[in-house]
Amino acid sequence: MRLDYPSNIRIILVPCSGKVDVKHLLHAIQQGADGAYVVGCLEGTCHYNDGNFRARERVEHVRMLLAEVGLESDRVRMYNLSSGEGPTFAAYAKEMTEHIKNLGPNPLKNKINA
Amino acid sequence: MIVAKRKPFDEIKEYIKDYKKVLVAGCGTCVAVCLAGGEKEVDILNTELDMARRLDNNPLETGTITIERQCDVEYLEGLDDVVKDYEAILSMACGVGIQFLAERFPGIPVYPAVDTTGMSANLAVGLYEERCRSCGECVLGLTGGICPVTMCAKGLYNGPCGGTNNGNCEIDDDQPCAWFKIYERLATQGRLDNILKIKEPVGWNDQIPRTLIQPGYMKPEKDA
Repeated sequence: MRLDYPSNIRIILVPCSGKVDVKHLLHAIQQGADGAYVVGCLEGTCHYNDGNFRARERVEHVRMLLAEVGLESDRVRMYNLSSGEGPTFAAYAKEMTEHIKNLGPNPLKNKINA
Repeated sequence: MIVAKRKPFDEIKEYIKDYKKVLVAGCGTCVAVCLAGGEKEVDILNTELDMARRLDNNPLETGTITIERQCDVEYLEGLDDVVKDYEAILSMACGVGIQFLAERFPGIPVYPAVDTTGMSANLAVGLYEERCRSCGECVLGLTGGICPVTMCAKGLYNGPCGGTNNGNCEIDDDQPCAWFKIYERLATQGRLDNILKIKEPVGWNDQIPRTLIQPGYMKPEKDA
């Protein structure tokens, strides 16, 4: 298919989106990622029944935590597609990249650690 | 088990605003099982505090530790050598554990990071409903195993009141009348004579079973 999608995206493979934990997403932002998004299977098609629903719930939790901290909650998002939708994967990658560019860099990048 | 929920972040942040070095202490028993104050929740709070303080240009040095039980002196001993390096402690244990911690280290301010909400049953992942209010005068033997103190809005030991409404409570159509349930259970067991046994009332006021949903764990389809 040889589709193009933004090269700034780093893909981390997990066996199921339900494996993604709140801590993983939160640490990504803490360590300076401008954004993080979870791509799960289409709702209703999870091989493990509700892995993608769990992921969505966790993404919502992380968005709430980011808002508490004072960061833009929309730096973390959830997308759904089937494994046969390569073009949609590339489209979501572009959409997320554009979205994050509009938000600007992660403000934590320029802040010193304790 | 004892359940708790995380305090609002702003409240926690305010507690420790004047400190530069804080220990976040979790508890590995009840609050870990109810997903409020175990090792993972300690990590999440620690991460939030780190990010928030860096954004405020007031970085905070934090440490984390989760011990088996904060309500047990045996396990608190493990903290003796750790806490001396910190200006304050944020405890994610229940109210019992927080007080135990404060008692063991009287020279260091200990702040609560959770609100202890009661004793509950686990209805689903992340969903808890109160079943006991530890009144200390258990009447479950007379009430067919249904607690009127917790389930009845008035906590009536001798009910029902005039507000029983076709099996539900007058305060809410989704809230069963405890004493209607007790009557049904006792009738099923042929023990209706128990309902006439008088228990001296205790001074509880308007209380219903409180439910607690931990964010990030409730499945959307269960919301329906």
